[in-house]
Amino acid sequence: MAENPGQNAAEVRFAGVTKTFNTGLTAISKLDLDIRAGEFLTLLGPSGSGKTTALNLLAGFQAPTTGQILVDGNDISGLPPHKRNIGVVFQHYALFPHMTVRENVSYPLKQRRVGKAEMARQVDDALRMVSLQAYGDRLPRQLSGGQQQRVAVARAIVFRPRLLLMDEPLGALDRKLREAVQLELKRIHRDLGATIVFVTHDQDEALVMSDRIAIFDAGKIQQIGTAEELYDRPATQFVAQFLGESNIFTGSLRRHGDTCSIDSPDGVIRSGTVADTLAGDDAAIVVRPERCRLFERGKAPDDWNSVDAWVSDIVYLGALRKVLLTLASGETAVVICQPDVEIPAGPEVTLGFPVSAARTVTAQWN
Amino acid sequence: MVVPVLILLGVVFVYPTSIFLLRAFTHFNPPQVAGLDNLVWFLGDETNRIILVRTFTVASMCAVLTAIVAFPYAYCMTVIGPRGRTIMLGVLLLSMFLGILLRNFAWVILLQYQGPLNDILDAIGLDRIRFLGTAPAVVMGMMHILFPFMVLPLYSVLNGIDRRLVLAAQSMGATPMRAFRQVYLPLAMPGIIAGALLVFVLALGFFITPALLGSPRQALMSQLMFLQFDLQAAFGRAGAMAIVLLIIAMVFVILSNIVQRRSRAYGDAS
Repeated sequence: MAENPGQNAAEVRFAGVTKTFNTGLTAISKLDLDIRAGEFLTLLGPSGSGKTTALNLLAGFQAPTTGQILVDGNDISGLPPHKRNIGVVFQHYALFPHMTVRENVSYPLKQRRVGKAEMARQVDDALRMVSLQAYGDRLPRQLSGGQQQRVAVARAIVFRPRLLLMDEPLGALDRKLREAVQLELKRIHRDLGATIVFVTHDQDEALVMSDRIAIFDAGKIQQIGTAEELYDRPATQFVAQFLGESNIFTGSLRRHGDTCSIDSPDGVIRSGTVADTLAGDDAAIVVRPERCRLFERGKAPDDWNSVDAWVSDIVYLGALRKVLLTLASGETAVVICQPDVEIPAGPEVTLGFPVSAARTVTAQWN
Repeated sequence: MVVPVLILLGVVFVYPTSIFLLRAFTHFNPPQVAGLDNLVWFLGDETNRIILVRTFTVASMCAVLTAIVAFPYAYCMTVIGPRGRTIMLGVLLLSMFLGILLRNFAWVILLQYQGPLNDILDAIGLDRIRFLGTAPAVVMGMMHILFPFMVLPLYSVLNGIDRRLVLAAQSMGATPMRAFRQVYLPLAMPGIIAGALLVFVLALGFFITPALLGSPRQALMSQLMFLQFDLQAAFGRAGAMAIVLLIIAMVFVILSNIVQRRSRAYGDAS
């Protein structure tokens, strides 16, 4: 169905968008964001970071204080929600409780005055897409949470919008169901070919589903990129901490040409790279727990970073083991070990990681 | 805990009411002598039937008009901040605490020929109108007194409606007007019906307002009952009239129950 993604999908641009509420709270400040046609973009961030506000501005439920929002190059700031032709899946589905599943799903078509036969066909299509053909005559309250969620999706895609917004649509589902629906949404995205903007605070969800992820904090995008880029090359301490686990060393930065080091309370930590996004000398070095290894005290390779550590706990995660450490400075650190790796007898150990695995990022409070 | 309440209700409510209603079949003033004579007298007399229809009309108008006026008020209470809501609720309760008699006399003053309302009409170059003694005056006075009975059940239903449903409808292409009509209003219906029913039933038996703001020539059922009961000591006739009113009220309560049970919106505002 999506041979030509540009045709079924809209391109969105936020240009210098700021939203300040009457209360004086600035939910979004000077947001610039390009959303490509046909991509699955996730806005990820803690609650209150501005991601839902961005979605509300796009849907037209709120108006930006300054700046422009462009869809396919046209400024839509003046358009009321009902003229935007954007599908929205709400956080708690917002199904019409007094209408059956069929009536809910046909509602957008009714507003567009689609003919009866055509409407029946499109509603059937949408219900088939979410595997709910047999439930057309039920009321929303007679359905399970997962089924309600699928009705909400069917209702949002039935009129073939070129842009689909989803506000934490899986938040109310239990874990197993959530994973199934994630895959289902990816399939729907493929079949539909539409641009999807997905809001969540769940990093696993973001990693599984997205083409790109924009990480929000305090009304700003901290970093945007593919899951791999964000995980392997975080630009800021916030991104490193929010997406996956990190061990973080802070202190004063010293540059040595193309490399740098930090004088942390736990010793000098070297990094092979200076991130090009690094602003000023206010920096931290982060390393992912699975890139770290444990050695007997003092036995780490010479060209690795090494830090004295004390094992405080070992957590078995089934396939992996997670070792919790305390450093000399009192900070904590984590190492994730494959099952075939031997953990040295503690509690006194050395935490080691290759210089190439250490990444310099902008410190959190800049 | 329940037993004393039941006993109290039995003594002060069920017993006197049943005695009064029973009089319709046991107490007769000539020319009525036995059996259903009292009911036959009431329904057989044309004046009585006119009064019954008038009472029904006034009560229905009260219910419909109060619903129309109360809806914006109740809606406003759901969107205004907690401070504003407290004030709006306070105004409502305050007017309930002022005695009915007092509020009716206030309307007498407002509506009289030399009263402020007519002064306004006069000032803008219109003729003075004799409001007092007319059905509109009675309806207005009753609406004022019954207003809180409409607002409170309505507010509790409106407050339970998820307002994002209206946004959802708009995102699907509905104009704000259609979103309101197709989504908000059907969900508000249980509250509108409950409030209107309460107002209607209370209005059927209103006495003081029609007595003060209306006129004997525009009498309502309660005035006629008072006439039979108090001035003619025809307890049986008054009882027969009470039975008729009771039946009308019960028919509407049952009807509204059926409507609400059939309505999909009922009992689910989430």
